[in-house]
Amino acid sequence: MKADPAGVLTGAHYLDGDFACGEGAMAAGCRFTAGYPITPSTEVVERISRRFPMMGGTFVQMEDELASMAAVVGASWTGTKSFTVTSGPGFSLMMENIGLAVMMETPCVVVNVQRGGPSTGLPTMTGQADMMQARWGSHGDYELIAMSPQSPQEAFDLTIDAFNLAELYRVPVLFMMDECVGHMTEKVVIPPADEIEIVPRKLTKSKPGDFEPYRANGQMVPEFARAGDGYRFHTTGLTHDERGYPEMSAECQDKLVRRLMDKINGNADKIVRFEEEDTDGADVVVLSYGITARVAREGIDLAREKGVKVGVIRLIVVWPFPEKRIRELAGTVKAIVVPEINYGQMVLEVERCAAGRCASVCVPHGGGGVHDPSDICDAIMGAVK
Amino acid sequence: MSEVIERAEALAEEHPVAPYLRMDRIPHIWCPTCGIGTVVKCFVTALEESKVDLDKTSIVSGIGCTGRVAGYMNLDAFHSTHGRAIPFATGLKLGRPELFVTVFSGDGDLSGIGGNHFIHAARRNMDILVVLVNNFIYGMTGGQNAPTTPLGAKSSTMPFGNFERPFNLPHLAATCGAVYVARWTSLHIRRLTKSFKEAIGRKGFRFIEVIAPCSTLYARLNKLGTGFNLMQFYHDSTEIRHGADTRDVGIDYQDEIICGKFVDEQRPTFLDMMHDQYRRTLGDKYVPMPQEGGHIHE
Amino acid sequence: MSRTEIRITGFGGQGVVLSGYIIGRACAIQAGKHATMIQSFGPEARGSACSTMLAVSDTEVLYPYIGRPDVFVAMSTEGYDKYADELKDDGTLIYEQNLVHPTLKEGQPSFGVPSTRLAEQLGRAIVQNIVMLGFVAAVTKMVTHAEMRGAVEASVPPGTEALNLAAFDAGWDYYEQEYGDKKGEAAAAASSGA
Repeated sequence: MKADPAGVLTGAHYLDGDFACGEGAMAAGCRFTAGYPITPSTEVVERISRRFPMMGGTFVQMEDELASMAAVVGASWTGTKSFTVTSGPGFSLMMENIGLAVMMETPCVVVNVQRGGPSTGLPTMTGQADMMQARWGSHGDYELIAMSPQSPQEAFDLTIDAFNLAELYRVPVLFMMDECVGHMTEKVVIPPADEIEIVPRKLTKSKPGDFEPYRANGQMVPEFARAGDGYRFHTTGLTHDERGYPEMSAECQDKLVRRLMDKINGNADKIVRFEEEDTDGADVVVLSYGITARVAREGIDLAREKGVKVGVIRLIVVWPFPEKRIRELAGTVKAIVVPEINYGQMVLEVERCAAGRCASVCVPHGGGGVHDPSDICDAIMGAVK
Repeated sequence: MSEVIERAEALAEEHPVAPYLRMDRIPHIWCPTCGIGTVVKCFVTALEESKVDLDKTSIVSGIGCTGRVAGYMNLDAFHSTHGRAIPFATGLKLGRPELFVTVFSGDGDLSGIGGNHFIHAARRNMDILVVLVNNFIYGMTGGQNAPTTPLGAKSSTMPFGNFERPFNLPHLAATCGAVYVARWTSLHIRRLTKSFKEAIGRKGFRFIEVIAPCSTLYARLNKLGTGFNLMQFYHDSTEIRHGADTRDVGIDYQDEIICGKFVDEQRPTFLDMMHDQYRRTLGDKYVPMPQEGGHIHE
Repeated sequence: MSRTEIRITGFGGQGVVLSGYIIGRACAIQAGKHATMIQSFGPEARGSACSTMLAVSDTEVLYPYIGRPDVFVAMSTEGYDKYADELKDDGTLIYEQNLVHPTLKEGQPSFGVPSTRLAEQLGRAIVQNIVMLGFVAAVTKMVTHAEMRGAVEASVPPGTEALNLAAFDAGWDYYEQEYGDKKGEAAAAASSGA
């Protein structure tokens, strides 16, 4: 369906990534936000709290991030699209209830405007070191979706996509911005509401007596019933059967968790998203995401001036990882060079997929800034020697 | 033989609370003489007599013995994470304001790991009913010390007697802003039921503490006898003192338990305050979330 | 290269970030260029050296930070001291002449403006940054007068447009009076000779 015009600020704006993300959420139909202040993400909820009262949205500032995430899961069960926004320390606190959202199959979006870590780290300065936490941060086996924008325009566009993916797969979608994009101001064009496609909550058409909240009916994603519509369903963070009743058995665990993972893995071809450029005949491919993808292109230009054939992969959806394409590329290039603002996280995925058929080159940056493009160029030159 | 026939007749007649429970999940997990079931029965009776719209009623629990209550109620029921029932319920209430939302959980869940949420929901006067079953101990995990364990009482992690001062929960709730505060024991069936009905009819952060026996752990570790002995103790050692100053209702080990309704006042809820503030400052520009929620549909 | 790098610095509360925002907006929205603004600030909300960076280009801005700015706008001594060295040798220095006493490099175009005093003459010292903005717009001509003025009007709080536009005009006019036409070159030459 088309977006509700009440949430769409159509026009050309000069916005930072945080504000653009907030606008994306409102355009996507988000009408509930629970959050706790944390630099450098707070501007998102400041934007939301200023605009929500004019469009039927409710923002509540909770006592901490544990509460914020729990409230978002609760609100989503009313069918109201919900999200929360945080940065590293708060992201750590949200992990338990992100797991609850996975287990209860609750659509929601969690924005992490990444700063330098560990611990309090660099509150006002950039980082990309929560990428593996996004994948593995909550306990147990699960799959979810994570995205990474490279500009304020993408912070707007991809936030809408994040909400849509959350609805399609009934899964939390983690929106992995970085402080640089969050605090960077650029032109952001917001289209008219009738040009924005949004995915509404898919409500069950079953009658209350016939409804089972986790009966997938051969689909991977079960139908949804809202609290307050008379279905009187039960849902739990415990391992559960199709009725949503706890069942403590290895068989039930396997059936449930396998489906939770399969609904993402089995649809990976549809979910995976990346940009690819000049990889045919390339000696080296540079894989990056977020702000680093922009900086990397300067480094790539320097290497191309020196005669190296360099291809580009920019991850837009980070999790699930584009395994298939990286496996193919590993057979055709000498090396995949991975600059990222951490000491080597997504490069581990590249290394896993390459499985020794090409070199995987980590170009680390500890955070607090972005790479010097010449360092990326040097890494490319080193890889073709 | 006659006994068998009587049973068959009894089975043919549905228990009065059966429509409110998920009978396909019975038997429940609670131990013999546990007080939680009695509290559930009182709550169900109050729901029935209050004629609330059960389709618009949600129940949220955290983790623990009382945390299983949501799972047995035939309502929209949420068995959330340990300590987070109140913020989960906050999301439900704000996401669809017409819902009647009750949190049912234990002392460890709501006042230990979830204590921060408890005080802030009371401060905001979030429009939820919080039922806290206090058995003085962490039951499900095996009798560990709780923020409610009386001084001197033994627990599996205070084997030589608890030396931490416990919470006086009615006082905590009242000082943080709860508009309805009461305490009963699971022996006070009629009064507890009446209190539930009263609280269901109020708006805002309503808190009812119910003292309930845990014979399996609390009574055993403290050599207090059986569940029957604990009920006998409630009978002999409770005093009903409506309107008592909550500073005076702390619980000492095997000492008098003061019950009653301590607070019953009206104050605007979080949503009342929000609507008023936005109407005052934004006028006609303010668009409140519809009662049926912010769900966007075609 | 079409890329122009700008740093604006001052103390917190002086409106440094808003100045950068308006320039960026004028370039990106009014003039259709690419303009990326990055702000950096200390944890203190007021008083510390605050700075904003802009990269303006006819093509997409890839690297968001700046190295050696082409234009350096200093509204406080602390900010000037912190960032003066990174200005390109032939880069343009613009400064609040009653607050900043620069050490000029040879051949460096430099332009001072008493923006605080001009703002006070308008009755509100708070619009000092917009006076400075008008002056910067006149010195650099990076976008047209109408484009920058339009960005001011669209960026300031509703109800303050008239005051802010008056401030903008005061800054622009000061440049015209003091450095306009041949005077600008004369001033640059004079300062480079100093």
